[in-house]
Amino acid sequence: MSVTVRIPTILRTYTGGKAEVTAEGQTLSDVLADLDRNHQGIAARVLDEDGKLRRFVNVYVNDDDVRFTDGLKTPTPDGAGVSIIPAVAGG
Amino acid sequence: MSVLTQAGAGRAATPSIDLGPAVALSCRECGERFGLAPIFACASCFGPLEIAYELPSGDPEELRRRIEAGPASIWRYAPLLPVPADVADKPNLNPGWTKLVKADRLAAALGVTGGLYVKDDSGNPTHSFKDRVVANAVEAARAFGFTTLSCSSTGNLAGAVGAAAARAGLRSCVFIPHDLEQGKVVMAAVYGGDVVGIEGTYDDVNRFCSELIGDPAGEGWGFVNVNLRPYYAEGSKTLAYEICEQLGWRLPDQLVVPIASGSQLTKIDKGLKELIAVGLVEDKPYKIFGAQAAGCSPVSQAYKAGHDVVRPVRPDTIAKSLAIGNPADGPYVLDIARRTGGAVEDVTDEEIVDAIHLLARTEGVFAETAGGVTVGVTRKLIESGALDPSLTTVVLNTGDGLKTLDAVDSTARPSAIIRPNLDAFREAGLAS
Repeated sequence: MSVTVRIPTILRTYTGGKAEVTAEGQTLSDVLADLDRNHQGIAARVLDEDGKLRRFVNVYVNDDDVRFTDGLKTPTPDGAGVSIIPAVAGG
Repeated sequence: MSVLTQAGAGRAATPSIDLGPAVALSCRECGERFGLAPIFACASCFGPLEIAYELPSGDPEELRRRIEAGPASIWRYAPLLPVPADVADKPNLNPGWTKLVKADRLAAALGVTGGLYVKDDSGNPTHSFKDRVVANAVEAARAFGFTTLSCSSTGNLAGAVGAAAARAGLRSCVFIPHDLEQGKVVMAAVYGGDVVGIEGTYDDVNRFCSELIGDPAGEGWGFVNVNLRPYYAEGSKTLAYEICEQLGWRLPDQLVVPIASGSQLTKIDKGLKELIAVGLVEDKPYKIFGAQAAGCSPVSQAYKAGHDVVRPVRPDTIAKSLAIGNPADGPYVLDIARRTGGAVEDVTDEEIVDAIHLLARTEGVFAETAGGVTVGVTRKLIESGALDPSLTTVVLNTGDGLKTLDAVDSTARPSAIIRPNLDAFREAGLAS
């Protein structure tokens, strides 16, 4: 399962400045693990010490906020788009 | 001068950026500090960045005199804001210094005996409190060299950005949910900037803007509530400053504040704490209450459930200016409501409409739906005993009812339509 992951500006130091990278995995958790294999340290920015999504990170699989779906267990079908976005915007 | 906010590791302040007393950005979560820049999230933990200041530490009386001699706008508080000292001389909308209405008739209707006030921010240049925050963002945009202003908006902000950009000679391109109230769409578009309707909710718009900011398509744009958010949000502190000054430089006992993203409430709290820190008001307890619409009440739900995190919801309410299902500052609102002994409550759309009418017929103030939410929640909090009617209470009205006419279209109608003669008038039953 290959997906496209959209990287926010503040994490692009891990991806050599790339705004989009590809990753493999059947769930969001798998995708983040694969992302970390290729861009070491990036997962620790998205996940807290307990392995949960950080309080101020929003992650979308296609158009769905994963907090409305299955969180880190959200399936990531082949060709899906994953977006990682700082949550402290708006208002 | 003394540094009010905590010290931390990280980069030093950017010396070439003149934003008055602002010296750095500081992560509210982990304390890491960054130089003044158009960034909004901590690179380490994604936490929100806030302005760290060197606030005035001299004689409070001198500062008070300086403020009182200042312009009748938010710029009287320039020594406490991230703006250059000569901000009032630049082309901007000069918002603020709106009325604090002593609401005796509303107090009687609600049973408040300790003094009830309505901070009526419909009196701002584009008729909502958003002019306060945008004016601060414009100064940051100028400092960072942006020539296009943008935002994600539930409506009021789009109008405020359009107007402020027009006055400042900047381009604007704002993003709104496609189904907003007509009054807000017109107010956004009339200033000549680009207005883009997004097929989705505000949270979809916000997500889109967050992605646009990292893309070449949005490069060089100052998004007031995204990459300029730390500067923008500070504008809400001026509500706290004005309320205290208008009360004779004293803290109110209780404030009822609407919650959309929660930024306004958190900054009102910050403003009150700053006034205490610089000695402009006497320190005493105050309570901050948050108000939401039942159709979009993620913070209220979290408060009532005892949670310290906020689970996003999909909004469905007439209070569209508060329809943010994933409020960025929700966790901080919970902290503040609990720390100060306040609460977070919500009211139904029917209660909102009823409260709009109540405020209008008792005080002559026509509030937009967000004002209906705060007045409705105030009534509910008094009934539940959470809000003490014997204490001085300030309720915020953050926008003008003319922007949300749809909300009262069916309940504010002519009493009669008659032929133009006296008999017809008598028959209508309205004669004295």
